[in-house]
Amino acid sequence: MTEILRVENLKKSYDGFLAVNGVSFAVQQGELKALIGPNGAGKSTCFNMLMGQLKPTAGQVFLDGENITGKQPRDIWRKGVGRTFQITGTYQSMTVIENVQMALMSHHRKLFAMRPRAWKLFRGEAFEFLETVSMADQADRPCSILAYGDLKRLELAIALTHRPRLLLMDEPTAGMAPSARIALMQLVADIVQDQGVSVLFTEHDMDVVFAHAHHIMVLNRGALIADGSAAQVRNNPQVQDVYLGGGTLFKEAQDA
Amino acid sequence: MAFFFAQFLTGLANASSLFLVASGLSLIFGVTRIVNFAHGSFYMLGAFVGITLMNVLPGTVGFWGAILLTGLAVGAIGAFVEMVVLRPIYRAPELFQLVATFGVILVIQDLALMIWGAQDRMGPRAPGLRGVWRIFGEPVPKYDLVMIAITPFILFALWYLITKTRVGVLVRAATQDREMVGALGVNQAWLFTGVFALGSALAGWGGALQLPKGGADLLMDFNIIGSVFVVVVIGGMGSLPGAFIAAVLISVLNVFGVTYLPQSTLVLMFVVMAVVLIIRPYGLLGREEVAGEHGQVGAPETPIRPYGRLGQTLVGVLLLALVALPLVVDQFMLILLIDMVVFALFAASLHFILGTGGLVSFGHAAFFGGGAYAAALLVYHLNTPMEIAFLFAPFAAGLLALGIGWFCIRLSGVYFAMLTLAFSQLVWSMAYQWRGLTRGDDGLVNIWPSSWLSDTIPFYYFTLAFGIGGILVLRHIIHAPFGYALRAGRDSPRQAEAMGIHVKRIQHTAFGLAGLMAGLAGGIFVFSKGSVFPTELEIGASFDALIVVFLGGVKTLAGGVVGAGFLTVIEDWLTRLEYWRLLLGLVIIAVVIIAPEGIVGTLRSRWAKLRGHNEEVVK
Amino acid sequence: MLSVEGIHSYYGKAHILNDLSFRIGRGEVVALLGRNGAGKSTTLKSVMQLVRPRSGRVVFQDSDLVGAPAFRVAKSGIGYVPEDRRIFTDLTVMENLEVGRQPRRDGAPVWTVEQLFEIFPNLAERRGNRGKHMSGGEQQMLTIARTLMGNPLLLLLDEPSEGIAPVIVEQMAQTILKLKAEGLTVVISEQNLHFARVVADRAIIIEGGEKKFDGSFAELEAHPEIRDAYLSV
Repeated sequence: MTEILRVENLKKSYDGFLAVNGVSFAVQQGELKALIGPNGAGKSTCFNMLMGQLKPTAGQVFLDGENITGKQPRDIWRKGVGRTFQITGTYQSMTVIENVQMALMSHHRKLFAMRPRAWKLFRGEAFEFLETVSMADQADRPCSILAYGDLKRLELAIALTHRPRLLLMDEPTAGMAPSARIALMQLVADIVQDQGVSVLFTEHDMDVVFAHAHHIMVLNRGALIADGSAAQVRNNPQVQDVYLGGGTLFKEAQDA
Repeated sequence: MAFFFAQFLTGLANASSLFLVASGLSLIFGVTRIVNFAHGSFYMLGAFVGITLMNVLPGTVGFWGAILLTGLAVGAIGAFVEMVVLRPIYRAPELFQLVATFGVILVIQDLALMIWGAQDRMGPRAPGLRGVWRIFGEPVPKYDLVMIAITPFILFALWYLITKTRVGVLVRAATQDREMVGALGVNQAWLFTGVFALGSALAGWGGALQLPKGGADLLMDFNIIGSVFVVVVIGGMGSLPGAFIAAVLISVLNVFGVTYLPQSTLVLMFVVMAVVLIIRPYGLLGREEVAGEHGQVGAPETPIRPYGRLGQTLVGVLLLALVALPLVVDQFMLILLIDMVVFALFAASLHFILGTGGLVSFGHAAFFGGGAYAAALLVYHLNTPMEIAFLFAPFAAGLLALGIGWFCIRLSGVYFAMLTLAFSQLVWSMAYQWRGLTRGDDGLVNIWPSSWLSDTIPFYYFTLAFGIGGILVLRHIIHAPFGYALRAGRDSPRQAEAMGIHVKRIQHTAFGLAGLMAGLAGGIFVFSKGSVFPTELEIGASFDALIVVFLGGVKTLAGGVVGAGFLTVIEDWLTRLEYWRLLLGLVIIAVVIIAPEGIVGTLRSRWAKLRGHNEEVVK
Repeated sequence: MLSVEGIHSYYGKAHILNDLSFRIGRGEVVALLGRNGAGKSTTLKSVMQLVRPRSGRVVFQDSDLVGAPAFRVAKSGIGYVPEDRRIFTDLTVMENLEVGRQPRRDGAPVWTVEQLFEIFPNLAERRGNRGKHMSGGEQQMLTIARTLMGNPLLLLLDEPSEGIAPVIVEQMAQTILKLKAEGLTVVISEQNLHFARVVADRAIIIEGGEKKFDGSFAELEAHPEIRDAYLSV
């Protein structure tokens, strides 16, 4: 296995407050890895530093051995990192397929083209990506009227257009019904399997995490307190203490 | 040295009134997020109301009592405006609010004209403070020193109110999440009205306090608004101490400027602002706006499509009609049509950057007027042939836009808008004060087209070719990948950056392109009129274009063009009336509140409803 | 105490609540259960008048709230804790509490800052900190404390367990049981059935904006088909 992403001693402080305090980890090729932890633990801050939305206060990020610390999101994207957001940011004034075409126009470096009519460009290719996420039947609907779960799938299709080596997914199933969560993560797992993409994702739903992730990291107050397999993490006393809880209160209810 | 100190004191005294007005604007913006362009109007009202009251109330008590009452009266007017005009539109996009406050400016201008007449008024002297005190041997007006003494108290009082009182806590909470404040049992509507009233009162006090040093006239509103925006931008929007520092900085510089560089007083202020913003994009004490996804308010734009066969036919018929028109109409009509096409191209170029790009530029006239001046200067000073001068207009305006864009594009939302406004004021002040080059407000005259275009009918065809041609080019670009990338950056800059789009570079290019097209319109304009004056660069000219885009409908591609046609006709008709500003202002306010989608937008939703498919867009 | 009678609510054109009715008695803790998008949050917002029902009535202590501005609803004694927390991030903990402060009212438990700090010890430690520097769990505590400063008779909690660590969810359950012991009436919208079962006396299941079940958890246990149809655990 080769290492695709390596993070060394990453730190971020906002006027004196250390949101992320010395995080180091690695993601292997073809791995589906989860980053979990309470809200405010620094998960999104970490993601934003990996993808360049935020500049780290200290520490380094390597993609395939290349130092990408502090680079702009657009440059990191061009190096083969895709990203989905906790709150989807699709283009509301475009149709579903145009959203994918937009990503393809960027991938094929046609952004400054003033001549060709844009809605014809890469339509076939975009259609294929929509089929991957079973959204082809909605290709020509305006993005603004999509259901939430469909938006999440569209975002995934967009993130795949430049055939990324690494996919960062911030709460990919937040706000979805349990059955839809499982379906989406199964799709992600299939993509990991088929295309050898590595995926790093954050998630609150422990069922999703324990069912799909190959490895799990737990972040608490800006620091990693665990990094290992599902069983290792589940049985880690510190993780139980600050995150998973003893479950005593719910034990009876659950057993009942 | 003594002279310097006296100069410095004069600057501080001038800062006092400027700070009052600016702090009011900053306060209103901080809480309501509304950029209140009518703020200068409250300042003007303060001056007029102050004079009226001072004439009624005698003596020292009367003088200071009049000032106090003026603030209260202007505050009450502000509260009324807030309740009637702004309450219905707090959730509307920035542009709508701007247009509404612009309507308020027009209404107040005509009301002031009705009540106080057109003459300038001298302010009365402050009783007991008429003379001067000598400081290091230099005379300093007593009133100046009083004003210098008052200002820190006002700053402290405002600071205390905002940071230490319950009202201040509520105000700051409402700045962040007004709905939540309401859900916690606070009547946020009154909180907003109160803040707006206080802000207006501060402007009123500013207007009244400066009376002994200045006076009252009907141009005060626009004259102060430029400086006030500069102060607020330099200080950092929403920061009171920032506004204070900036007011002092600008006023002191201005006093020294008058002494040493009398030709540059207006320019100086904008140069300072540009320097500050290069170093600190959010002003001296301003904080970076959190880059959120709040660009789009209201229903999203529907996906765009080029016209179908029906639309293309209609446009074709319209074009043919325009071409055939000289056969049937008289010369006067053709001139009106030339104006209309020029204005339509100007508006379409603004619509391109504003509607498609999502960048609300408040200073687009800089490029229209800039293009006009560029061509006129070549003809006037170098006797350049018309054809070359004409082509130079869009070229120069495009370069100017790229230059101004380099500063502005780094900011977004309201900051972007303010900065474009300030830069257009910079261009205006250069045209106004650099008399050796531009002849100031005498304007550049005798800029006529070449002989083959000197008749109205050839020039009409020339206008059609370049005007309509420019509009079609813009439309073409909107449908090209570049236009898509521009919209992507508007809809979600975060997502766009995360798919390799250099949003700022796209926007910068688009800004340059919009400037170029505005310059083209300016080029046609200057040769159709034969002259150009600094008025083409004024705030008012920028606002005309904004209103047109808004009236036509921001979220529709044809909005700019249709709005331009509409306004040219309306204005031609309205300006024959005495109080046309009042009427136009009321119409604008009514449209903002009743038909916020604009003409094209409203027609389109009616049409969609008629055909009954507003849920899905049929391809 | 609260009676919701046949309300219809919309988001733009979308019809979210369809003829929804239920009653809440004094001192009860009731859980609104249902899938995401079922209309739970909209129900609470419709009570609060943050979403205005197009028809139907929301009667609280004998007066109809429909059409009243949200601040009046709050003043009448209903405290609302939104799902996305919405604390004032630029304000300190103390200032956040100040925004929520309302005069005491008859029949409702009275809260002081000191009492709240006893229930939420974390907040006491961070009283001078700005909201944006707090963890999600602490922010959730702060929203509840802020709403309690209004001395409400009825507390509406929108998904208090969403997005916070399981260990904090346990604390949250303890807190709600404490509030119940103080005599507060509570309505919770929840997706987490385990959590709801621990804190609530009664369950109301909403699906597609309509009420599908209203009864005790024992009754719900007795009808696993209802649970499977609407809760998809």
